[in-house]
Amino acid sequence: MPKLNPHQIKEDFPILQQKINGNRLAYLDNSATTLKPIQVIEAISDYNKKSHGNPHRGAHKLSVLATEEYDLARKKVKEFINAKHSEEIIFTKNTTESLNLIAYSYGMNFINEGDEIVLAISEHHSNILPWQRVAKEKKANLKYMYLNANSRISEKEIKEKITTRTKIISIAQMSNVLGTIHPIEQIIEYGHKMGAIIIVDGAQSVPHMPVDVQDLDVDFFGFSAHKMLGPMGIGILYGKKELLENMPPYLTGGDMIEYVYEQEATFAPIPYKFEAGTQNVEGAVGLRAAIEYLENIGLNNIQKHEEILVEYALDKMLKLPYIDIQGPIDLYMRGGIISFTLEDIHPHDIASILDTYGIAIRAGHHCAQPLMNYLKIPATSRISFYLYNNTEDIDQFIEGIKKVRKWFGYGS
Amino acid sequence: MDLDSIYSEIIMEHNRSGHNKKALKEPDITERGHNPSCGDDITLQLKLNDNIIEDASFTGVGCAISQASTSIMIDLVKGKTIEDALDLVNTFLAMIKSDIDNEEELEKLEDAIAFQNISNMPARVKCAVLAWHTLKEALL
Repeated sequence: MPKLNPHQIKEDFPILQQKINGNRLAYLDNSATTLKPIQVIEAISDYNKKSHGNPHRGAHKLSVLATEEYDLARKKVKEFINAKHSEEIIFTKNTTESLNLIAYSYGMNFINEGDEIVLAISEHHSNILPWQRVAKEKKANLKYMYLNANSRISEKEIKEKITTRTKIISIAQMSNVLGTIHPIEQIIEYGHKMGAIIIVDGAQSVPHMPVDVQDLDVDFFGFSAHKMLGPMGIGILYGKKELLENMPPYLTGGDMIEYVYEQEATFAPIPYKFEAGTQNVEGAVGLRAAIEYLENIGLNNIQKHEEILVEYALDKMLKLPYIDIQGPIDLYMRGGIISFTLEDIHPHDIASILDTYGIAIRAGHHCAQPLMNYLKIPATSRISFYLYNNTEDIDQFIEGIKKVRKWFGYGS
Repeated sequence: MDLDSIYSEIIMEHNRSGHNKKALKEPDITERGHNPSCGDDITLQLKLNDNIIEDASFTGVGCAISQASTSIMIDLVKGKTIEDALDLVNTFLAMIKSDIDNEEELEKLEDAIAFQNISNMPARVKCAVLAWHTLKEALL
């Protein structure tokens, strides 16, 4: 019962209807950001036409409507990742801010000298730099779990790196470069046994697979709306209630207070304690519409669809001897992200030439320089899929790669 | 956009040839240039005789645009005085920014004129100018 028809879905995305340099657009940069269906675009537009006000502040109708919209979005996110309480959902700017919030508010207050913070070598800079700061400031040790030859973290590595001194483990559920889905269930279970709290960066996973934060028993979980058909500028931090309640605020200012005196202040309860200043309500509205769109299609269906695309693409790519896949070449525990290098042609040249044929891919270090150093490559090219992609996009990409080779004077 | 105007024969040839890609034995100046956002990373080496650039070379990694631009620049500045080389750098950077209307003024850039159209590919401008900024840093 394949419910997902990418041809039909494409019609919901006005941006896909255009030609790029006279070519059909094959958008394969979904790990960077996703496109918006008309339902999301209209939800944001409707909000601005009918319900825009400053939430939580005014007695007037528009302020009340904006508050309602904002609360509905929070409730929708709570249901989407199956959090226990709505107040465990904090709106941020993006995953980066979510991770920084934890690092500053939790890390700076609960990490001591000699403690260990454990990351995976495949982390995005946003899940490395905040911890480097905490580690320096608190004289803690920053340690990395390394990957095996098939881009995976072994059980041995988990047990070697996570110790009783480990206080924080922070890891992406899915690598934004390799597409590897890390064994976070085992890491969470073992980490808890060792007394650590576990933070999962869900930026690349939540849009593409069902996630249940209670089932995972994860302590903190962050993701961004713009990688799941929603708008930029709004992200989510989930945190367990008892942890969030014991953390000091991150940003301070309007709307996050209880009482303010000349020399001190007390703070509002969660989630408001962590949401200083006027919030991105239209972003929240767009996020809610995006979740509704995804739920309508079904995260299971999306995941299956991307699996089919990965299988199709890997099969075609592995047949081309000049392509080197960086990441798992099997389908086990991997998402719709494929990084690759092309013999003697730099990723930026590949991306620029493909662009002229309407193919949008990403090239570079993907904000993962420690991983690039570990893999001993300066950069990769990356394709990444979503629900509106189909095999035609992949065929266009493969043909494009052959054209890139021709530009560089190689036969196809 | 016409790919021919970017990936032109002269650029592809310099990208392939690598005749300037080596380490100098006893360089007077070694200067590293880096594009953090994309990873182009070159090290420029210069051998000076008074104020003449007697020899120059580079090592490093990067895309065809950055590699070719570095190689073409080295061909151009070798044997020139420091002042002349800096003048060429400024002319090149001005050309990229489309600050020069007078085509005759560009003639002194010789093969480096091949990068005139790089502004049609805004994401790649930084690749084309990397070597030139690095040379400027090295000489100032």
